[in-house]
Amino acid sequence: MATQPLEGIRALDFSREAAAPYSAMMLSFLGAEVVKVESKAKMGVVGRRMGFRYVDFNLNKLQVTLDLTHPKGVELAKRLIAISDVVIESNRPGAFGRLGLSYDEVKKVKPDIIMLSHSGFGQTGPESEYLGAAPVFAATSGLSYYTGYPDGIPTELRGTPDMRSGQYCAFAILAALFHRRRTGQGQFIDVAGRETNGAAIGDVLLDYTMNQRSQDRRANRDYTMAPHNCYRCQGENKWVSIAVATDEEWQALCRAIGQPELAGDPRFADGLRRWENQEELDLIIEEWTLQYTDYQVMDTLQQAGVAAVPSMSSDELFTDPHLTERGFIHSLNYSDYDWLPDTPKPASDDILHFGMPWKLHSCPDAVRGRAPYYGEHNYYVFGEMLGMGREEIAALEREGAIA
Amino acid sequence: MTNRALEGIRVVELAGFVAGPYAAKLLGHMGADVIKVEPPGGDMARRMGPFKGDDPHSEKSGLFFYLNAEKRGVTLDLRQPQGMALFHQLLKEADVLIEDSSPEVRRELGLGYDDLKAVNPRLVVTSITPFGLSGPYKDYKAYYLNTFHSGGEGYCTPGSLGWILYSDRPPIKTAGFLGEHDVGVCAANATMGALHFAEVNGVGQQVEVSKQEALANIIRYDLAVHNLGYNESRASRMFPIGGLIQCQNGFVMVMPIERHMWDGVLDLMGDPEWLRDEKYDYDRIARSLMLTEEDVRQGMKDREDVNSFLQEWALEHTKEEIFHSLQERHCLCGMVFDAHDLVNSAQVQHRGYFVEIEHPVVGRVKMPGAPFKHSGTPWAVERPAPLLGQHNEDILLGQLGHSREELVRWRQAGVI
Repeated sequence: MATQPLEGIRALDFSREAAAPYSAMMLSFLGAEVVKVESKAKMGVVGRRMGFRYVDFNLNKLQVTLDLTHPKGVELAKRLIAISDVVIESNRPGAFGRLGLSYDEVKKVKPDIIMLSHSGFGQTGPESEYLGAAPVFAATSGLSYYTGYPDGIPTELRGTPDMRSGQYCAFAILAALFHRRRTGQGQFIDVAGRETNGAAIGDVLLDYTMNQRSQDRRANRDYTMAPHNCYRCQGENKWVSIAVATDEEWQALCRAIGQPELAGDPRFADGLRRWENQEELDLIIEEWTLQYTDYQVMDTLQQAGVAAVPSMSSDELFTDPHLTERGFIHSLNYSDYDWLPDTPKPASDDILHFGMPWKLHSCPDAVRGRAPYYGEHNYYVFGEMLGMGREEIAALEREGAIA
Repeated sequence: MTNRALEGIRVVELAGFVAGPYAAKLLGHMGADVIKVEPPGGDMARRMGPFKGDDPHSEKSGLFFYLNAEKRGVTLDLRQPQGMALFHQLLKEADVLIEDSSPEVRRELGLGYDDLKAVNPRLVVTSITPFGLSGPYKDYKAYYLNTFHSGGEGYCTPGSLGWILYSDRPPIKTAGFLGEHDVGVCAANATMGALHFAEVNGVGQQVEVSKQEALANIIRYDLAVHNLGYNESRASRMFPIGGLIQCQNGFVMVMPIERHMWDGVLDLMGDPEWLRDEKYDYDRIARSLMLTEEDVRQGMKDREDVNSFLQEWALEHTKEEIFHSLQERHCLCGMVFDAHDLVNSAQVQHRGYFVEIEHPVVGRVKMPGAPFKHSGTPWAVERPAPLLGQHNEDILLGQLGHSREELVRWRQAGVI
């Protein structure tokens, strides 16, 4: 009996940046063996500086260094492909093909391979070669435009559009792998960061396609709930979110903040009036929240049956008692890690990582080990997996194919 | 041979609003047979906009329409024993249940994993909850605003220009119900994991998705600065050069993250005069490239100068012009698209991203289609979202083999 869903599945991760690498990590969370293939020699400045981020979305992986602009590097990549089930890449559309690693070439090496290419705008179309990155996915999908204050400007979004797109990539691969289990067929998957991100605001886009209306930005506002906002709490830049959906919750909130008479105030008598007068309401609530910490507000209001949760910062998340008790925070040791020279060094050898985004109750937690450094598994992967001798590997290193 | 990846997989969805329905939708578009179980009053998403023609009709919600395409729908009152019996009958024939009950309802109705395992040991039961099924917050109440802010991205939004302009305002959620969709994709992945496990081992299992943990994962890239000793916040999210820039008719994201990209910007600007001043040298400023609050603060003043030159120039040009011209110069750049821009984009149209489907009440509507393109088993949409109880007959009579007399009786008793 397999202990993990993807036991025996090997994925080769040729991908760059964050989106597609995250999808490979998600596969590793389900038990796949992931080998990350990158060139240390060809690593750009940005990549080097991102080391402290890199480790967070490359947990569990093995890492080998190959220069794919070297013919023998490509040859080695193909030998790895021949013993793999999944290939993931995120070069600019066409670039991987020019290296001799198009899907057609890859398929010749491994006919039932599942290959996924991630890009900003897709593998086809007049703008397919446009460059993408997380904030660009957000800008070109509508997310930036529709995020912000009603009287304000659009909003830059940072890494989240990458992770989001990575999640869709993982799903696309999992579905294809399932199909392969039943039919033996592999296939190619084309994923565009702007398209995955746009799919997550279907309702906003439908207002345009149905009603020719471009929605307003809504900050924290809901269509019916009020109060429905973040409120300042005691301390520097501390906030709590509070949402009230029913009269019952409203009355409970009034009692909890020591103003039971508010429940009878005609301005806030029912949901509709609370929504219409929410700005006044926000002032009253904030006057109360300011006297407490965000966690105190959560404790008090949750006991009263009102939905209140801090707008959690990274400091709060990494130390949150609930997440800690659930085993979501992992501390992994990096004392033997070979950091790239330009990478800002983490404050401690013990790095904190968030865990898996799900729990499969019949499978053990799959955060198995820290992220690899460049070339860490060259000897294991080329030697043990491909059966190459030390001398052969050393020769390829001298020639610059393994680099 | 089938060209649908999840052909033969039967999914029962007992979920409302966004996250659970979106997870089931993803499975459905890849070929799973999804039966959506709604209470007789319907999914709450039916009461939420946008409504076609601003007609607040329960069959005209765009939110519902989008999230429930490709499903069949049945209404069941699970508080009645007959309703629960029919639900169990559905589960006996299913591979997956996706549910999002509150802790009380799960207890009251016997929707816990052990109860359901007794009905069908092969069943994958995916439970989506705000904080998971264990831990001190497991029974805490949270609506989508709360769960979004519990995940970390809210605290950091809006950063950059949004922070400079509105630092006295509260942190905010992102567009629409983005966070809930993210949870949905995560739940679909977790469910697929358990389906693979069931395929190999022949057993189902309990799958737990905490919205908070799913959302924290979505921002793990950003929050990794925690390990450098920084607390990521709205104030720390700056691009040293570029970022969100206002132009004549909207905004663009300009991201010259490498020197050659910046050269592309300068080329487009026509080699401006101020560039002669060495304090505006790219490498000097970019040293603080996407690093920490501290690094960014050091480079702040010069960065602001450079950005104000860029800003001044951009106001004379359109977002389309800047977007395409910079991309042609291999500089990372994104025009800020609104829905109109997106629907009318040549690239988006070439990709066939929006698909049109016919709904009996709403008519023909365009919605975002495939978020991924499979060469062998393409994403597909073959049916619109179900009308309330549309497939009661089809499922209860055709699939479960009940009689028309029973159907009538159950309808009269409010079971369906």
